[in-house]
Amino acid sequence: MLLRHTPQETIERKALTINPAKTCQPIGAMYAALGIHNCLPHSHGSQGCCSYHRSTLTRHFKEPAMASTSSFTEGSSVFGGQANLVEAINNIFTVYNPDVIAVHTTCLSETIGDDLTQMAQKAKDEGYVPAGKKVIYASTPSYVGSHVTGYANMVRGMVDLLAVSTTAKKLDQINVIPGFVEPSDMAEIKRIAELFGKKVIMYPDTSNVLNSPMTGKFKMYPKGGAKTEDIALSGDSKVTLALGRFATGIGAKLLDTKHKVPCELLDLPIGLAATDRYVEMLKKYSGQSVPESLMEERGQLVDMITDMHQYFYGKKVALAGDPDQLVALTEFLISIDMKPVHIVTGTPGNKFERRIKELTENLPYKVNYTVPSDLFTLHQWIKNESVDLIIGNTYTKYIARDEDIPSIRFGFPILDRVGHQYFPMAGYKGAMRLLEKILTCLLDKQDKDAPEEKFELVM
Amino acid sequence: MRKIAIYGKGGIGKSTTTQNTVAGLAEMGRKVMIVGCDPKADSTRLILGGLHQDTVLDTLRAEGEDVDLEDIRQFGYKNTICVESGGPEPGVGCAGRGIITSINLLEQLGAYADKEALDYVFYDVLGDVVCGGFAMPIREGKAEEIYIVVSGEMMAMYAANNICKGIVKFAQAGGVRLGGLICNSRKVDKEADLIQALADKLGTQMIHFVPRDNMVQKAEIYRKTVIDYEPTHPQADEYRQLATKIENNKMFIIPKPLETQELEDLLMKYGFMD
Repeated sequence: MLLRHTPQETIERKALTINPAKTCQPIGAMYAALGIHNCLPHSHGSQGCCSYHRSTLTRHFKEPAMASTSSFTEGSSVFGGQANLVEAINNIFTVYNPDVIAVHTTCLSETIGDDLTQMAQKAKDEGYVPAGKKVIYASTPSYVGSHVTGYANMVRGMVDLLAVSTTAKKLDQINVIPGFVEPSDMAEIKRIAELFGKKVIMYPDTSNVLNSPMTGKFKMYPKGGAKTEDIALSGDSKVTLALGRFATGIGAKLLDTKHKVPCELLDLPIGLAATDRYVEMLKKYSGQSVPESLMEERGQLVDMITDMHQYFYGKKVALAGDPDQLVALTEFLISIDMKPVHIVTGTPGNKFERRIKELTENLPYKVNYTVPSDLFTLHQWIKNESVDLIIGNTYTKYIARDEDIPSIRFGFPILDRVGHQYFPMAGYKGAMRLLEKILTCLLDKQDKDAPEEKFELVM
Repeated sequence: MRKIAIYGKGGIGKSTTTQNTVAGLAEMGRKVMIVGCDPKADSTRLILGGLHQDTVLDTLRAEGEDVDLEDIRQFGYKNTICVESGGPEPGVGCAGRGIITSINLLEQLGAYADKEALDYVFYDVLGDVVCGGFAMPIREGKAEEIYIVVSGEMMAMYAANNICKGIVKFAQAGGVRLGGLICNSRKVDKEADLIQALADKLGTQMIHFVPRDNMVQKAEIYRKTVIDYEPTHPQADEYRQLATKIENNKMFIIPKPLETQELEDLLMKYGFMD
């Protein structure tokens, strides 16, 4: 009983978070930056920040996450980090030769007020940025928002500093900005979009970066990632499909205001209805009908839902994760008659609260959610109203173990299982994988606990 | 929309001069927003007729992130919009970060949006540019013009010169330019000549010489600008002139800061004529 001190009685807390359901902004920024081909993320702050962010990404993806740091000292904190950053940019282009350096700030550099716009310009003026190379940047103080905010800010940085518009008339191509999802999900999201036969520009794209194959050779920059020339072209596209408004909204909106590329803010395509909406948009903007192969995948998903409905029906679920994922997941679970009764995220945002309210207010049972919240609260809610399943990141396993509740890994970070890097949860196929995981977990439990006379061969 | 930051040594009269000048602009029918960037939150007292009650940072702390523009804006003399950044008590926290946070929030909330139809935004910034936070108003895309309030006193001029060093740094990357020195007279000997000479050295102009007059102090006691309190007083005309000069100003330069020795030589030349 590792969490034996968690009391059942909940007391309103304002000043204390216990077992947070979120992490640092720069982790999101670093992850997004790795979704550009030949890009080196750079952490503008002290060394420890960079190490922590890299190691968290590595533990989650089981892949090396390359990044450099401004290595702040006492002196940099007093005199500002400009000298460090300018020198770092010079060194990085000289030694590691990326196409893009994606700088994000840290709590320290934010607090002393370092101005990345001015510093990047300085590095350029000093001739440290070779022709054709780019320095992009985002402000990512960890005391604001969460890793989702950091991802969103770096996506915005990509739009701001890489996208351009070259023609007044928009081209027949579609931008897709995926939210903070796995490399496998990004590949699936792109695969679905490309089925409609139009040019698709997707960024960030971490597939083949953070799930690249073992070849016996170390590659500083794996072959995946969105190409800078494609990102540049995104200013000419006729629409942007932004998947997950919390992680992509500000970037997509900037493409609209700066380059007049209209955007559609959608939920993450996780689950049946959300994927349907994504597919509808692709149909609308490509002018093509939905490919037969995709209809088949959809049909299979619907088949699976109907075949196994009795095992989903009425099962209570506790969810912990990031806003975009939770919105999609809540909608999906409700649609298959499961009951998401406790929902927790550490990412602040009233819009999330409103969206969950919309999704759950007409349900015949009470759904617990407060924003932002933490895993301690989730545990207390579970103590008051137990559930049949927990869906969340690795940190939820302590609750699952103490309360003897089956759980599946979903979200970030997953430090103790594999698969998420390679097998998507997005799209129709992904939804099938999600259901498979849910079912396996529930049915294993049933098999294990069933009395002899109720032990079923066929389920 | 013109975005203007007012800098100068602490106690030189930045807030007083800013508000009196803004009153002049408002009287001319301009729509102005003042953003007070001083933790004391007293940059808008004369326009509002009292201290601003809801600073951005206090509101943010109380409400979380669900802040509306109307929670932090107040309307004062001739509908001038007043925002106070606010900040920590002396000796704790980080006032510079506070300014970064509030200006970011104002942008997010659309305080500068076209539909607000602002003619001017004034940033009234605390004392010297001492850390990154206090330079926030002159970062790229924010204030484009700077006026430095100065007097003939040595330390005021020294501070003005220092601020010019800060401007040079940001002017090279962004578009910020020095619009001139505003001399807020302390009745020092040959003050106007001295500031004119300083302006020449910096490569700028003394945009106006505001004479010292007790009426300013009197109006301040009544929590009003001179233009509001005693519109026919000659001092009110001084501020109207300053407002007009700012409105018509075309001289925007990157200053050439002086070496300390040069500054002292200047004082020797003008300070001890007799």
